[in-house]
Amino acid sequence: MNSNIFIIVIASAIFYGTPLFFAALGGIFTERSGVLNLGVEGTMLIGGVTGAWTCLHVGGSAWFTITVSILMGALAGGLVSTLLAFLCITLKTNQTVAGLSITIFAGTVGLSSYLANIWKVSKQPVPRPIRNLDVFGLSDTPIVGPILFHQTALTYLSWVLAILATIYLFHTRIGLQLRAVGESPQTADAMGINVVKYRYVHTIFGGMLAGVGGVFYSLAIVPLWVDGMTKGAGWIAIALVIFGFWRPSLALLGAYLFGALQSLGSTLKARNVQISGDLLDALPFFMTIVVLVLVSSRFAHRKLGAPAALGVPYEREER
Amino acid sequence: MRSPVRLERRLEQPKWLNWVVPLASLVAALILGALVLWITGKNPFDVYQRIFERGFAGKRAFSGALEMATPLAFTGLCAAVAFRMGLVNIGGEGQFYMGAVGASYVGISLGGSPTGITIVLMCLGGMVFGSVYAAIVGVLRARFNTNEIITSLMMNYLAAIFLNYLIFNSKSFWRDPDSPQFPKGKTLNARADWNTYSIFGIDLPIAFLIAILAGSAVWVLYKRTRFGFEVGVLADSPKAARYAGIRTTSTIVIVMALSGALAGLGGAADVGNFRGLLDAKGIQMAGYGYTGIVVAALARRNPLVTVVVAIFIGGLTKAGYALQGPDFPSGLVGTLQGLILFSAVAGEILIKYRIRTTPRRSEVVA
Repeated sequence: MNSNIFIIVIASAIFYGTPLFFAALGGIFTERSGVLNLGVEGTMLIGGVTGAWTCLHVGGSAWFTITVSILMGALAGGLVSTLLAFLCITLKTNQTVAGLSITIFAGTVGLSSYLANIWKVSKQPVPRPIRNLDVFGLSDTPIVGPILFHQTALTYLSWVLAILATIYLFHTRIGLQLRAVGESPQTADAMGINVVKYRYVHTIFGGMLAGVGGVFYSLAIVPLWVDGMTKGAGWIAIALVIFGFWRPSLALLGAYLFGALQSLGSTLKARNVQISGDLLDALPFFMTIVVLVLVSSRFAHRKLGAPAALGVPYEREER
Repeated sequence: MRSPVRLERRLEQPKWLNWVVPLASLVAALILGALVLWITGKNPFDVYQRIFERGFAGKRAFSGALEMATPLAFTGLCAAVAFRMGLVNIGGEGQFYMGAVGASYVGISLGGSPTGITIVLMCLGGMVFGSVYAAIVGVLRARFNTNEIITSLMMNYLAAIFLNYLIFNSKSFWRDPDSPQFPKGKTLNARADWNTYSIFGIDLPIAFLIAILAGSAVWVLYKRTRFGFEVGVLADSPKAARYAGIRTTSTIVIVMALSGALAGLGGAADVGNFRGLLDAKGIQMAGYGYTGIVVAALARRNPLVTVVVAIFIGGLTKAGYALQGPDFPSGLVGTLQGLILFSAVAGEILIKYRIRTTPRRSEVVA
């Protein structure tokens, strides 16, 4: 029963969707504060290479090594996005170009590849990959077993984060203030909210989550470091923020939809289904465009639109 | 609680800043790069000296710089043209691929035609393919208000998959049927080879001259025509443009198509002047489209300066390829390019704003 193709696709959709969700959730925090982060792809790659390096060099139990690797990946992602925050918030540069510069600087042929070279982590299988757990020994339960009880620890963490993030954004005072900063920094400032601080904190935290997403690639999906291994996941995550209307729950659904598209190829190939691999590879990118067109319509934007001050630097003097 | 340094918007932007700031950002990028090298245990002076020698010094190195500069000039122009209107076309990469596909189709088909005609037709083929591919993004943006940054990037991945399909996973018109074991593109007829002139021992590809021509044409279009003026108004104040009756929708599509045509021209040059075939792996590895964004940003979107900056970034890139090895890891040049882009972006701030230091509170009281 559990070898049913639908169950396999759903279970692996959740697996492949996990890093997308981490990056998209990071994007939600960042964009809710009014900062547009187009550097997600580069940030994920830096997180991924740092995680792989840590995993190769830190001994101890599997749990310890993996936890430290994830934390180091998050730290690296946080550092990269601090750079972005400095450019966008303090220097008030054009956020689009600033984000692009992060992705070019850190990206496939940039710092992440350079670090992989000098750290000698390229194509080294990591000793302790992130494995799918067998929760309560229920992984063989029909239908729900593979889907709910046979996922990685990071996936379970992402479910907790999705709930916490929703509560934080929509049911706490700080979350309300954060949204105020993203909607109207002038008003927020007048209310006594420190706009710069809110933007810095959420941009950096968003980068940390993107870094964790990168670690998932180098420790769980492959699991070894290959230059440019995220293959556009960072960009899909940015699209997911829009697709999810800046809400964690919808972004989670979107991430699993795209996870399904990504996993479809390998699942079908394993079943000897005759279908063009190129067509399947193209599917996530094509669907991103389709989905973006659908949600960009005026109707969808009226109620669920982007934070009003997204991408606009805040200049106090020009109130 | 005030920070001691603050930014104050300049009322007038002195002209000399337009030159000094990009140069200063370049120096800053080199210093930051030295820092990265030093932290990772390399000797920065040594690395920079070798980049200079292999990238710029001497006739052979400079020929290499020009060869690399040619595609970058086109992708740089592609980014610059769109930026001028506030459109972010990061699809130059994919439009470049499509241009290469179009131009190689023309080049392979036109076996025996004279070289001059072949060059013109290949350029047209590249431009048509590149501009149509970019126009899709433009239409989505103009018609559905879809974020052009993400769609143009997704189109890059789609173009890469299409390229792989043509050469590796199909028996397409572009694929060399005589090499089934090692899939590669069909080589163009010898008469489809574009000219390269030798001037004082420096190889000057004809495509670089075309790039200069294209840069000048863009300059004239944006500075001296009604269309260019309308683009400027649209960029600076969309509302004013609407009141003035400027047609936003069609202008977006036209600018995107123009931007894509330039990238496609670069793809044509890649096939005609340099590789002589549709090299699916090679042009993906090169990443000219992304580097073109660095070129355009450093040139501050000026089309003529873009061509000059392309030579500089071209030399840097060429040196990166030439030196690649155990003590000159790949990724180093990309990192440097990223730092240059950072500094160029950060430098913009010095053109727009003045840095003021606020006197300390005690002084104010006194």
